Amino acid sequence: MLLAFVIRRILWLIPVIVAVTTITFFLMHQAPGGPWDREKPVAAATLKALNQKFGLDKPVWVNVGEVRARWQAGERNPVRLLGAFLDSQYFRYLWGLVRLDLGPSYRSKGTESVQSILWRKFPTTAKVGPVATAFAVVVGVPLGVLGALKQNSWIDYVSLTVATLGVSVPSFIIGVLVIIFLSQAFGIKPIRQPEEWRGFSTAYLAPGIVLGLGTMSYLTRLTRSSMLEVIRQDYVRTARAKGLSEFQVVTRHMLRNALIAVITVLGPAVAALVTGSFIIETIFNVPGMGREYVVAIAARDYSMIMGTTLMYALFVALANLWVDVMYGFLDPRIRV
Amino acid sequence: MAATTATAQALDRDLLLRRPPRSLWSDAWRRFRKNRLALIGLAYIFFLAVIAVAAPLVAPHNPVQSDVQHAGVFRQAAWIRDPNPMRTGSWEYPLGTDSVGRDVFSRLVYGTRVSLVVGFVPMVFTVSIGMLIGLVAGYAGGRVDNLLMRFTDVVYAFPDLLLFIIMQVAFQDAWIGKLLNGLVLLFITLSLVSWVTVARLVRGEVLAVKQKEFVEAARAIGASSVSVILRHIVPNTLGPVIVVAAYIVPGAIISEAILSYLGIGIRPTVRLDAPFPTSWGSMILEGSKAWESQPWMLIAPTLAVASITLAFTFVGDGLRDAFDPRQAER
Repeated sequence: MLLAFVIRRILWLIPVIVAVTTITFFLMHQAPGGPWDREKPVAAATLKALNQKFGLDKPVWVNVGEVRARWQAGERNPVRLLGAFLDSQYFRYLWGLVRLDLGPSYRSKGTESVQSILWRKFPTTAKVGPVATAFAVVVGVPLGVLGALKQNSWIDYVSLTVATLGVSVPSFIIGVLVIIFLSQAFGIKPIRQPEEWRGFSTAYLAPGIVLGLGTMSYLTRLTRSSMLEVIRQDYVRTARAKGLSEFQVVTRHMLRNALIAVITVLGPAVAALVTGSFIIETIFNVPGMGREYVVAIAARDYSMIMGTTLMYALFVALANLWVDVMYGFLDPRIRV
Repeated sequence: MAATTATAQALDRDLLLRRPPRSLWSDAWRRFRKNRLALIGLAYIFFLAVIAVAAPLVAPHNPVQSDVQHAGVFRQAAWIRDPNPMRTGSWEYPLGTDSVGRDVFSRLVYGTRVSLVVGFVPMVFTVSIGMLIGLVAGYAGGRVDNLLMRFTDVVYAFPDLLLFIIMQVAFQDAWIGKLLNGLVLLFITLSLVSWVTVARLVRGEVLAVKQKEFVEAARAIGASSVSVILRHIVPNTLGPVIVVAAYIVPGAIISEAILSYLGIGIRPTVRLDAPFPTSWGSMILEGSKAWESQPWMLIAPTLAVASITLAFTFVGDGLRDAFDPRQAER
């Protein structure tokens, strides 16, 4: 049952990806300029050669001209005519997608393919994300638990204040303030040189924590409220009555049930971290996927724009899938 | 006979009408009023709205006019001393001046306009579109429902900020991107995605309400579909929609700030009489380039964005508790 549901949802990803591709493709080609725009105008012959090399001389959507030419040349085979009709940038890209080929990056003049750039950039982004997630879970959940156990105490008020600030103040604002604060007060430069991002370094701390702040606050609020709900349940009273230590009551009986809600939202929370990462990457100058997107947009690197968007869309879709599956998994009352 | 009627009327008066009937709205307002933070948030938003409308009266200088001779470049905030007389703080320019000698405080005041407008207008759009789609899908059911919901699924999967960015880049230089310094395009962009949440919510509520007896009763006495929807179904979905709407507003404000920070939001203008000359997001962009020489160029707009989103969160939390007391904190 669950498996069938997961398979159906994964199959549903296909039309979603096609739709995202189509919309992005359309918008991208609305933007003025092209991938070969430079400060000095490029010679017409070079331009033509480049366009030809990357298939940018083809029509964007459908190739009516090619069909007409073939028809006049006496071609009557409907399959070949259809092939000519679909010989456009859009359908070429879709066909590439089917073969998991995201095409050459135009900014690199075709020396590097989009998937290899993403492959290279992804580890950096993929390191900011876990720092953020770890921070969110390690700080957020205990803060929420403490707040609920000591309801209306100063701990509770502190955790609520932090959580409200973190939820409502956007991370990029906090990021900007953190950069000023760190460099003014401590003389630390949170913005690092590109080579400092290799491996695991302290460079990841500042952007990771700033990125995780929103999710942390959200988790704090959620944990607190679901703990408060659990605290008054009969089985908690039973657990106390049979003489379990307070620690056991909290961990075994309360946390277990309270965390259902937390685990379900982790999916979209992580997705929000991934998509949120790109503004943080821009601010902290992290050479990751998100910044690559902003650069690609400016350079009209069409295939790169498509590649990053699809990657992000895939993340969001998988995160949504995670929520639905987790609901059915953790809470048998909800059928998927 | 007359006596019985009189007794019945007395009973009516005593039992039923002792307390005046409370509507959903008065009930919600009663609960909302008890939430001090929500009231503070509401008061702050109201205060900003007054500032936004009265910006020409509040701002000491023109937000676009540069006056380097008198104002100096990168003049510090009023309480900061600097050996250079052209850069030392002066209360004539409370938050100092920027790279071309424009008064930062006046720009901040005018920026309020953009933030409020950009928060509320897309909210109205998204709620209208979302309600329409949710109502149609929920009420019609069947194939229409299926089609509309699959459509919302696709939109839901779109990474919204990426869509906003590419949308802004695509149409920024088209005629539509130039209307009102690009505000019109921002409205459209920011309305593209969030209607999905509203649509899903409304559809769910409609599906639940549709089965209720009072809807059946209304149909039985011959009410048309339109009047059933407008009189019986819509009022029952309004509570949760209002709560969601309250959270859409700060979301749009943040998105605008991010887009402007990336330099693809509102267009910079040199027109002295522009009604929307700058936004807090663009000010953050300018400030982050110059914060070492004039920190308040950056601090002031960041605090402004932080406080307005905080106020809207307070109001949203208050509304949620007011309209749905059972589901506090989620």
